[in-house]
Amino acid sequence: MTPTLQLFLIVSTALFSIGLLAALSRRHAIFILIGIELMLAAANLNFIAFWRFGPQPQPPTGVLVAIFSIAIAAAEAAVGLALVIAIYRHYRTTNVDQLDQLKG
Amino acid sequence: MNPWIVSNLWLVPAVPLAASLVILSLTNSRRNSAAVLATFGQIIALAVAIVAFLSTLQTPGFRAVHNFTWFTFGDQTLRIGWVLDPLAAAMMIMITLVGLCIFVFSVGYMAGDKNITRFFAYLSFFSGAMLGVVIANSLLLLFVSWELVGLASYLLIGFWIERPSAAAAAKKAFITTRIGDLGFFLGMLWLYHNSGSLLFYDQGRGCLEDAGLLAIGGSATFIALLIFCGAMGKSGQFPLHVWLPDAMEGPTPVSALIHAATMVAAGVFLVARVYPLFSLGAVNGVTPSLTVVVLVGVVTALMASLIALAQFDIKRILAYSTVSQLGLMMVSLGVGGVAAGIMHLIAHGFFKALLFLGAGSVIHGLHQEQDVRKMGGLRWIMPVTFLTYAIAMLNLSGVPFFFSGGWTKEEILHNTAQWPVSPLPDYLMLAGVILTALYMTRQMIYVFFGSKRPAVEAHESPRIMTMPLIVLASCSILFTLVLTPAWPWLHAYLNGESARVDFGSLIQPILFLSFALVAAGIGLGWFIYRNLGERDPLARAQPGLFRFLENKMWFDEIYEETVIVFCRILSRLADWLDRYFWDGLVRLFAGLGQAFGVLSKGLDDHGINAGVDETTSGTRGIGRLIAAAHSGQIQTYLGALAVGMLLLLVLYAWLS
Repeated sequence: MTPTLQLFLIVSTALFSIGLLAALSRRHAIFILIGIELMLAAANLNFIAFWRFGPQPQPPTGVLVAIFSIAIAAAEAAVGLALVIAIYRHYRTTNVDQLDQLKG
Repeated sequence: MNPWIVSNLWLVPAVPLAASLVILSLTNSRRNSAAVLATFGQIIALAVAIVAFLSTLQTPGFRAVHNFTWFTFGDQTLRIGWVLDPLAAAMMIMITLVGLCIFVFSVGYMAGDKNITRFFAYLSFFSGAMLGVVIANSLLLLFVSWELVGLASYLLIGFWIERPSAAAAAKKAFITTRIGDLGFFLGMLWLYHNSGSLLFYDQGRGCLEDAGLLAIGGSATFIALLIFCGAMGKSGQFPLHVWLPDAMEGPTPVSALIHAATMVAAGVFLVARVYPLFSLGAVNGVTPSLTVVVLVGVVTALMASLIALAQFDIKRILAYSTVSQLGLMMVSLGVGGVAAGIMHLIAHGFFKALLFLGAGSVIHGLHQEQDVRKMGGLRWIMPVTFLTYAIAMLNLSGVPFFFSGGWTKEEILHNTAQWPVSPLPDYLMLAGVILTALYMTRQMIYVFFGSKRPAVEAHESPRIMTMPLIVLASCSILFTLVLTPAWPWLHAYLNGESARVDFGSLIQPILFLSFALVAAGIGLGWFIYRNLGERDPLARAQPGLFRFLENKMWFDEIYEETVIVFCRILSRLADWLDRYFWDGLVRLFAGLGQAFGVLSKGLDDHGINAGVDETTSGTRGIGRLIAAAHSGQIQTYLGALAVGMLLLLVLYAWLS
């Protein structure tokens, strides 16, 4: 079976949906972070797929964007984890239902 | 003609002024640099003054001016400048020479003072300002320098600011001289109004030259009298003399430089400078303004020498003696003897500075004791001071022969005797000569003769203080060479003539008369005061008179009861006016403002505020509604985000 664009898009959509579901349903902050990472991975996969099956698949262009995106995701994960730790220290919990200080 | 020195005459006052500025920027620890700088500035000024003096010798009656435009205001051009003539040159030499001696003396006298840099800065500043008075060729420039001199005097009298008496004396001096200066200023305005120029000499157009004097015409008497008010204040003439004895609160070198030798002579100099105004329209050498000058001078001279008889402060005796000598100079100017007056001014500058420095040396040697009753028998302990003081005393008393003061005083008496109006001033001046000899003998006996009375150990002053004494004493003796009738060089120099040698004129009847009077005065003094008891001999003989004189004829008390009480009543009236009249007006306007405010507040509260309140409450209701959607639950937000995304996608798909 030869890989096609549709196949990759189906996989990335699945990945995105799983991530969204995780981010929306789980109550633990770290799981939410994991969900976000999954959605980012799905977006990266789309980049690569559209590059690979696009009209001009020259080597560096799409890959570079994906690498950037991964680096940003890493930074975001670091900031997110640091926030989680700071929140935990402050509230002694990471349950997002209890973190409702921002409510109007 | 020596254009370089004339156009650069400003250097003479500028150098001490610059030195003063540099010294002011020094810290208090740079004591030596301050003294050296000030002295050095004075030496340069002296050198330039000598160059200027030499160039005036070229022709008799040399006069050169350098005028320039200061600023233009509309179509009025204000020009100032400086003048080099025998009067200015002689004064410059005297001021810088006496100043130099006093600067050197101060190094020793003020050695222990912690503010010595400030002292030398002020002293240099004074010297510069005074030289500015002397070289000014414009009444305005003269007035500016005149006021700077007054400021320097104020600063130096109050030099020991921690003493309340010094601060009070400084204020008194400043305010009293200001009263005179007000007249001076008005006279200056009047002069400018009439002649259109404040320059003294301006190639025929100056206010002291023919065209200017013609324009002034009949008002010259009033202008001259107004200007004389300034001279009265500065030179301590009756009735504005009260500040000068109090000015002795300053350090003694200051008294010597400012309140004896130079500044107080500025009034005499001023009258001599604007003499054409005084003598305008003179009949037989007499004008109303000159007669006023004579009267003021006579009253001042006699009154001050009487008061000097009953003072016990060594410096106050000298201060009253200065007042009386200045009166004598005024008399001389008034009767037409301008040259004689200036000669006496210069001779007086030397020997009075010497007297004050000698007094300073005595005060220094006795550890700040100023009461003559606690001195005595100092002639062996302080020989140099004693000898130089004796020379100065003989000068002041008017002994001729080797003493310049005697010759100049004799010349003044000679001029006074020829005054056509009345012989009275001459008689009174002759009485003044006796009195002068009397009070100086009294002071000499108190301080240097008799038994030793000081409670503290006395000592002769160091070399740096005795050297200036010796220099000044030599000056006052050597100065005689150019004064005597045998070779009246200075007289001729000041009058713009050339002098002849004529030994025959040494013999004059009035010379013998004045010498006899001086001898009588000194002899009488010796007779009265040779045996000093517990109380002053005069106080024993005439207690009432003595009290009258000791209290300075109650001038201060009289002024306290009249002028100052009047000022107080006036100020109380002004206070009342301010408090009840003007304040009432202000309150009225304030009340109006307040009423208007209350009105506008009501309008605001009931008219405008209601609408604004409606708007705000509506806004708040909407805000509360929206806030309810803001739950703080991140996942709710995220869900809303996802739903929104989905809707957008559907919209996109449906549209395309």
